[in-house]
Amino acid sequence: MTAAVPSYLSPTVQEIVFLLLGAVAVGSALLVVTTRQLVHAALWLVVSFGALAGCYLVLTAEFVAWVQVLIYVGAVVVLLLFGIMLTRAPIGRAADLDSGNRIVAAVVALATAGVLVAVVVDGFRTAYTPLQPGGGAAGELGASVFRTWVLPFEALSVLLLAALIGAIVLSRTDIKPDDAPPTVESRGK
Amino acid sequence: MHIVYPAVVSALLFSIGVYGVLARRNTILVLMSVELMLNAVNLNLVAFDVWLRDRLHGGQVLTLFVIVIAAAELGLGLAIVLALYRNRRTVDIDRLRDLSEKEYVPVVAEPDTPELAEREPGAGAEGGRPPSTGNGAAGTAARSGERASRGGAQ
Repeated sequence: MTAAVPSYLSPTVQEIVFLLLGAVAVGSALLVVTTRQLVHAALWLVVSFGALAGCYLVLTAEFVAWVQVLIYVGAVVVLLLFGIMLTRAPIGRAADLDSGNRIVAAVVALATAGVLVAVVVDGFRTAYTPLQPGGGAAGELGASVFRTWVLPFEALSVLLLAALIGAIVLSRTDIKPDDAPPTVESRGK
Repeated sequence: MHIVYPAVVSALLFSIGVYGVLARRNTILVLMSVELMLNAVNLNLVAFDVWLRDRLHGGQVLTLFVIVIAAAELGLGLAIVLALYRNRRTVDIDRLRDLSEKEYVPVVAEPDTPELAEREPGAGAEGGRPPSTGNGAAGTAARSGERASRGGAQ
């Protein structure tokens, strides 16, 4: 945004910390998609999400960082571990976690990375902003959510309720379709 | 802070997620890769919110919304995976091909074989090889007609 863009050769401490955290996030994400053990993939996901939360902190988005820690590291990964356990996945080293089209997938992913990185570097080479703390504090963000974005917030609560009911209906086993002929057990009840 | 740094990190995370979705067989690993892609989008949203100094904080609020939607999506996805595991005893995506075209499996020669076997005696009574080649042509015609009708149905 400013006219004079500082050189890339003299990074600030914030940038160094951000790049280190980003390297941790990308490296552990690579381990998530390449590891041979299912549980280790979930645990590397914790590392990746934690490093991303650190990235949000460096970018002065404190509230988003703590929500990331609470929901992703706390809830999502636990949910994934429960899913792994309930599907009786092999705990140890499994050889068949990768599909047959790994080469094609790697080519597609490399092409995606090449296109995205080239476009982003070309487009935002001169974009620079000094970081000012306080922009993403809970107070400001809460005022914004409950003043400007209150309608999408309420719509999202309805969506969460619908997802909750849907998950319950999907995972219950004692619900039978209505048009099924009454069986002996159900008549007995 | 140069905006290129978060943008590049998020581009790399997104392509890692693309690789995971395409290359993994276990459904839960595919869901993890989808989460990686959503996190890449979140990092972009936060970075551009900080860059543009949005007074309404649209980027960060949308990040919160995306996190909530990702949690809902994962809950539903795992419920579907568990229902799948109850019914099929597998969560292997490569083995769930009930919706695929049946002719994908190498059965190109097989459907003709029983046909030939049951018509072969009659053809033999009429004599020799030529009826069998005609038979094969009829089989191909029938198969292409079937395929055309299936294409029309689609």
